[in-house]
Amino acid sequence: MKTLEKRIRESMAEGRKAFVSYMMAGDGGLATLKEKLLFLQEAGVTAIEIGIPFSDPVADGEAIQQAGARALAEGVTLRNVLGELERCKGEVAVPLVVMTYLNPVLAFGVPQFVEVCQRAGIVGVIIPDLPLEESGPLRDELDGTDIALIPLVSLTSPDERIKRITESAEGFLYAVTVNGITGERNEFGEELHSHLQRVKQMSDVPVLAGFGISTQTQVKEMGNHTDGVIVGSTIVEAFHQNELDRIRKLVQAGVEKFEIVNLH
Amino acid sequence: MAVEMRKGRYGKFGGQYVPETLMSALIELEKAYGEAKADPTFAKELDYYLRDFVGRENPLYFAERLTEKIGGAKIFLKREDLNHTGAHKINNSLGQALLAMRMGKRKIVAETGAGQHGVATATACALFGLECVVFMGKEDIRRQELNVFRMELLGAKVVSVDKGTGTLKDAVNEALRYWVANVEDTHYILGSALGPHPFPEIVRDFQRVIGVETRRQIVEKEGRLPDAVVACIGGGSNAIGMFHPFVGDEEVALYGVEAAGSGIATGLHAAAIADGKEGVLHGAFMYVLQDDNGFIQEAHSISAGLDYPAVGPEHCHLHDIGRVKYEAVTDAGALEGLQLLSRTEGIIPALESAHAVQFASELAKSMEKEQAIVVCLSGRGDKDMQTVRDALGGEVE
Repeated sequence: MKTLEKRIRESMAEGRKAFVSYMMAGDGGLATLKEKLLFLQEAGVTAIEIGIPFSDPVADGEAIQQAGARALAEGVTLRNVLGELERCKGEVAVPLVVMTYLNPVLAFGVPQFVEVCQRAGIVGVIIPDLPLEESGPLRDELDGTDIALIPLVSLTSPDERIKRITESAEGFLYAVTVNGITGERNEFGEELHSHLQRVKQMSDVPVLAGFGISTQTQVKEMGNHTDGVIVGSTIVEAFHQNELDRIRKLVQAGVEKFEIVNLH
Repeated sequence: MAVEMRKGRYGKFGGQYVPETLMSALIELEKAYGEAKADPTFAKELDYYLRDFVGRENPLYFAERLTEKIGGAKIFLKREDLNHTGAHKINNSLGQALLAMRMGKRKIVAETGAGQHGVATATACALFGLECVVFMGKEDIRRQELNVFRMELLGAKVVSVDKGTGTLKDAVNEALRYWVANVEDTHYILGSALGPHPFPEIVRDFQRVIGVETRRQIVEKEGRLPDAVVACIGGGSNAIGMFHPFVGDEEVALYGVEAAGSGIATGLHAAAIADGKEGVLHGAFMYVLQDDNGFIQEAHSISAGLDYPAVGPEHCHLHDIGRVKYEAVTDAGALEGLQLLSRTEGIIPALESAHAVQFASELAKSMEKEQAIVVCLSGRGDKDMQTVRDALGGEVE
């Protein structure tokens, strides 16, 4: 079992749900990356998903697109983010996951990317435009490393496909909660809860829900049906507005010990 | 671990690099297209609309005065400009609209650059009573104001995209985002031979009618196949439709003409084969204009329809195996080609097609009088009059 899954299972064993915080690397300048990582670690997140800005982020909504544009304007790239992460390695103990679109990885070179990720202590990679069918070359390169390739399943994935995705899943399964892009939502579709429970039954790795989760209530609600949540746009916005207390409260809502209720 | 089949490969190019939410829609589309291809009533229905609605088959016209003026090989023009809506785009829009209805989808999303694909899709949607949303870059809306009005007249909703560079690439991003959010009842009519599998194949097959007709027509006129076939390339849909039936004919030289903008050396161009690197954009592995960090670069061309920073995967493969030669013509060259054809033949070509006309004129000079060149005249120039007038300083010399 790779480190990422182990760490999530450790927190589950303590009776906590996992809370993975997304952040856009270099929004506010690359120099602020370390202090944000340390802040999130201090706030108690289970893991941090570090977004790499891209010129054409098709899976992202307004908040993350804008954060990405600000980071690009600061000259942030996959290469310099990984370099910075390598420099803060000793001080950040929380597991780090890199989220990047595929083209910057191809431009970097897949073997080089994996090597530098290892040096920086990265334990997971999420690539939203790399579905199962195309994941072979990166998977081969990650084989034998401690880096998990975290797959996404969506509301539109049929059960048979979800099963195949879970078979090769590592770290955790990223269950997308909406048909759409990232960004805050007022409400979720009714079928979502049963979908998440079905995904959870099919998966051997922990299942975390993400996309559009922005309030403490939603964090709790999703946590009831999964092993935890990934929160992105809201945290990106809160960092941008310097509303750090909002982030602390969201994280607390996510990792609070839950009562095990006997349903029988 | 399950080994997955990678689909839709042209050599190493193509594939399906999309968010998981779209995968089942692509699988459904592939299945529906396979069934449609095997169903003779589908082909019959499409043929009916191509004939009675679009006006096919359109002529292969011998450009006699142009040929005389240049004094080389005979130049023939495949008159896609005579199609209803003024360009080849309608061939694909109609085919995909029929396919969408077979899948029970009555909502359509599309992107557009020059506006020709948007107009063609809005037209097909009006014809069949489908809902239509078209994403168009802010800069292109400025350049092609009248096409926006045409789409709206046809009942489509045009959404301005001001992200990125406000051109075709950004319109595709928004159309993809919209499709992800509405995938269950909406079909995406992609306008060029691009995007994730099965789009490059579907668009090629619906545009193949260009080459199939041309092949028959040139044999009727000349008693043999042409020595060269020339077409302009943005994403590459008119070119792949024209080339595909000739790929097996080794004696026919095929030339794709990219937009060299202000010149390849200036960096301000849209020539992804001449100056791009392998990478992934909009769901496919292709030659892409990008920087060393893998960020996609802005394309530059006087013609909005060629203003795209990549070239469809099948073209990338045809380049790699050396079957098609890819050349490039500048903005200035295209303006020259446009004026030349207007004066000698009374045909004002689209700025896109003018790139092919200009290259073919140069090529003809180097060939014998008995030889024949076919140029795909992919669209007419009405939509470009404002741009051309501005570029020529308001006056024709």
